[in-house]
Amino acid sequence: MTAGDGRVVGDGGGRDDGDALAVAVAGDVGGLAIDVAFRAGGGAPIAIVGPNGAGKTSVLRMVLGALRPARGSVVLGDMTLFDRERGVDLPIEQRALGYVPQHYALFPHLTALGNVMYGLAALPAGERRERARAVMQDLGIDGLAARRPRELSGGEAQRVALARALARGPRALLLDEPLAALDVGVRRAVRQSLARDLGRLVLPTVLVTHDFADAAALASTVVVVEAGKVVQQGTPAELAATPATAFVQELTLHATATVSLPIRNHT
Amino acid sequence: MTAPRGRRPERAARDTVWTTALAVPAVVLVAALLLPLAGLVLTASPAELAGGLRHPLVGPALRLSLLTTVIAVAFIIVAGTPLAWFLARWRTRTGRALEVLVQIPVVVPPAVAGLALLLAFGRHGLFGPALGRIGVGLPFSTPAVVLAEIFVAAPFFLQGAVDAFRRVNEDLLVVAHSLGAGRTRVFFTIAVPLALPGLVGGAAMAWARALGEFGATLMFAGNLTGRTQTLPLAIYTALESDLSAARAIALILMAVAFALLLAIRAGSRR
Repeated sequence: MTAGDGRVVGDGGGRDDGDALAVAVAGDVGGLAIDVAFRAGGGAPIAIVGPNGAGKTSVLRMVLGALRPARGSVVLGDMTLFDRERGVDLPIEQRALGYVPQHYALFPHLTALGNVMYGLAALPAGERRERARAVMQDLGIDGLAARRPRELSGGEAQRVALARALARGPRALLLDEPLAALDVGVRRAVRQSLARDLGRLVLPTVLVTHDFADAAALASTVVVVEAGKVVQQGTPAELAATPATAFVQELTLHATATVSLPIRNHT
Repeated sequence: MTAPRGRRPERAARDTVWTTALAVPAVVLVAALLLPLAGLVLTASPAELAGGLRHPLVGPALRLSLLTTVIAVAFIIVAGTPLAWFLARWRTRTGRALEVLVQIPVVVPPAVAGLALLLAFGRHGLFGPALGRIGVGLPFSTPAVVLAEIFVAAPFFLQGAVDAFRRVNEDLLVVAHSLGAGRTRVFFTIAVPLALPGLVGGAAMAWARALGEFGATLMFAGNLTGRTQTLPLAIYTALESDLSAARAIALILMAVAFALLLAIRAGSRR
């Protein structure tokens, strides 16, 4: 919707905190009672971490509008995306959210450039290609423009998916397991470049991961979800220092023991 | 690593028995499938074939078959593609029930289909009088041929299309929506292109079935040269007088069917 505001990726548009994404959603998904609340500001990404089956992806899909919560609200700045009490439920295409699903879901029948251009239908034909190219260049993938998704490596596919999500200038960004589809060998390098890219963005960004090391590298705030509920929220360092549950302790211990990446405190 | 020597010949013998036990019925089945076709092809001489094609029944039947099947398949594609999309996405009890209902014509014997069409749209059928009042008399007309073809062929397209749409990854559709695309755009730019091989395969199946339609057409539309006599009916009629004409028509249908089979296989391999 705001694709034409001239902003390419992360040129520091200086958004104030009023543009935060405030989420409080609850509902039953496949027998799992979900009840999760968090707030993502424009400053640094927030990570939802939890074991498989904890409901992380369902929460993300509720924010996106692909799943309807039974209760709660999703508010993005001055825009209410969902509010059960007020009967507001914007369709996905009106939510202005950038979405990078697990495995990236690139359109296999389009080139990388075609994928990035898909969200720019509102622009005049001439500007579409130009803007898509600019975003790809910004992410260092302009060389991939003519490739088909099946010709891309995992890391390349992730950047194309990110470019596609950012091209229309979304008001918030949602990433589902952005690193899970990658081989161990390239994972750390892709994680570092993703951290760099997300660090340049001034959008509320929510990412879902099962890996605490990913969360620590990419996010400043970690929300730990177990069995559909938030059990702890804080900086990676806080969670490692004072784990609230046995799961959080194991999660942080495991990550610090096996990954040589120091846990950074973004604030 | 190797098995004890004494047991190997015994095991080889068992393997032979096992292979033979499976191979013999398999060969018989393949023969049962291919020998009739061999008879059709091998008994024809080129001169006789050329003569058969000039038989007065052949031209009108060929034209009518092309006309009616093209109309029937075009209608099936235009109306069936959105229906298949809804059936693939609509995971409710009603959706599943409807999916089973539209498959019924596949298992209905042709004679039953013909009688059913007659009882529904015949002059004294359920809807016949109503149609008669607006000046439409379906039975024994070319539209009746098209209707019979749609009845028997549509389920084949629908099944292929529903399967193809089900294989389209849900995440792709969600992402397309998140990029601002409404339902119509997602359908035409994501779902249809990705399901296209399956849609083409289903359309080829439906066309083959429509082209071969015989029983329901004979009962509901009759066997009138130039109006309702399609190629299969022309074979049936020619058989009484001129075997070479019947064989010529049969070979045309065989060639088209084989081409369609190759198209279906090419579509499903992609």
